[in-house]
Amino acid sequence: MTKFSLLNHESVPKHEIMTEGELKSVLTNYFVEKEQLPKIKLHDPVCKEIGAAIGDVIKITRKSQTAGEAEYYRFVIE
Amino acid sequence: MSISKATIDSMIKDLPFPSNVLKVLKDDVIEVGVSKKEMEEIIEKIMEEYEVSCIEPCDAAGVIAAQSIGEPGTQMTMRTFHYAGVAEINVTLGLPRLIEIVDARKIPSTPMMTIALSKEYPNDYAYDREKTRALAWEIEATKIDHIADVTTDLSQMKLIIDLHEKAMESRNITIEQVKEKFNEELNVMVTISSAIDNQIIIAPEEPSYRELLQLAKSIHNVTLKGIEGIKRVVVRKEGEEYTLYTEGSALNNVFQFEGVDKTRTSTNNINEIYEVLGVEAARNAIIKEATDTLREQGLTVDIRHIMLVADLMTCDGEVKQIGRHGISGEKASVFARAAFEVTVNHLLDAGMRGDVDKLEGVTENIIVGQPIRMGTGDVHLISRRKEEAEMKLQVEDE
Repeated sequence: MTKFSLLNHESVPKHEIMTEGELKSVLTNYFVEKEQLPKIKLHDPVCKEIGAAIGDVIKITRKSQTAGEAEYYRFVIE
Repeated sequence: MSISKATIDSMIKDLPFPSNVLKVLKDDVIEVGVSKKEMEEIIEKIMEEYEVSCIEPCDAAGVIAAQSIGEPGTQMTMRTFHYAGVAEINVTLGLPRLIEIVDARKIPSTPMMTIALSKEYPNDYAYDREKTRALAWEIEATKIDHIADVTTDLSQMKLIIDLHEKAMESRNITIEQVKEKFNEELNVMVTISSAIDNQIIIAPEEPSYRELLQLAKSIHNVTLKGIEGIKRVVVRKEGEEYTLYTEGSALNNVFQFEGVDKTRTSTNNINEIYEVLGVEAARNAIIKEATDTLREQGLTVDIRHIMLVADLMTCDGEVKQIGRHGISGEKASVFARAAFEVTVNHLLDAGMRGDVDKLEGVTENIIVGQPIRMGTGDVHLISRRKEEAEMKLQVEDE
């Protein structure tokens, strides 16, 4: 079986773990704490794939039919 | 005189528009050719239009989405079973399917997979009928009924299985494999008949009628080959490419087969997508399934409404239903939950626990008769009395 990355699947958008700096600018932009962001579970297959840990924020670049490209953020929880 | 591409790029680079708008703007501007002054005017105009089309703060987006999906929902057919394309596979459509999606059922009533095949080189699976056919047989669950006749011999206390050679050949399975499989699964005496070709004889451990009849039933459930739960596999040619459609769904198992294009293979079982591909893929699946169901019924619902529903269902990192065990049942407010279902129980439990309702949502404020916190209701004006204001000014002066 050839190894394949989940991120290559057509319905899985791009996931990246955010750096502190990026995160800070996003949070101040939206006036929120990172706990208020939408969540993603640690045992989510994509979380395992990119090696995220609890407390990380994942930036998701979605392909959107309305906006072309949209950014979404998820906070990793247990 | 029209401006150059580079100037256009630098002019639109910092605009707060989504990339779709920017792309259309850029393409159109290049095609028509505009001067710098015109370009500035266009941008200004778009800016105005964009602001008008944005949803306003405090607008009840959820209610609008609910109504926009609910109204077309009333026009949907109550009971439709349809065939997915021409591939004679039965799938639930119409209202039952839409309900299934928002209820986040663990298993849909008609699970179905679309297996894309790899097409890396000219005679890869996707272009080769023989290979595709063989793969289809590998995936489809083979039961004893597909390849043999079973007779129960009551006088000899045994089951006689006559295997069809042709059927075995097409499914690429041998008599030894069948025997092995029965041995593994059933814990009984399995012998290949020496007298007659292609015959297997199974006898229960103890010779009793009950055992024998039990056995006659249970051998039909043994999956001899293929993936458990995949009842049927249909091969279809779309354009140049062969694709497999399956009745029944097992995404993870199918990924193990060679020749399956893992990046394009999908299922209509949203929960399975969540488990195999993650929450974002599940969100995309909800949007896709819901729009497809609506479109098939000839209804057009703006995708934004469905996106909102999908985002809400997946915002806690798992797929939650819109209903008792999900969004509505887990609201923080006691009143909102009580307004939804089993009113007395919710109020009683809340009373015993000493819950506090902060009256932050819409439902609870309507119940107590206050303005809701939406639209103008969310804006609070505080006026200072004249003396107070003057005092403040004095303090600041000092």
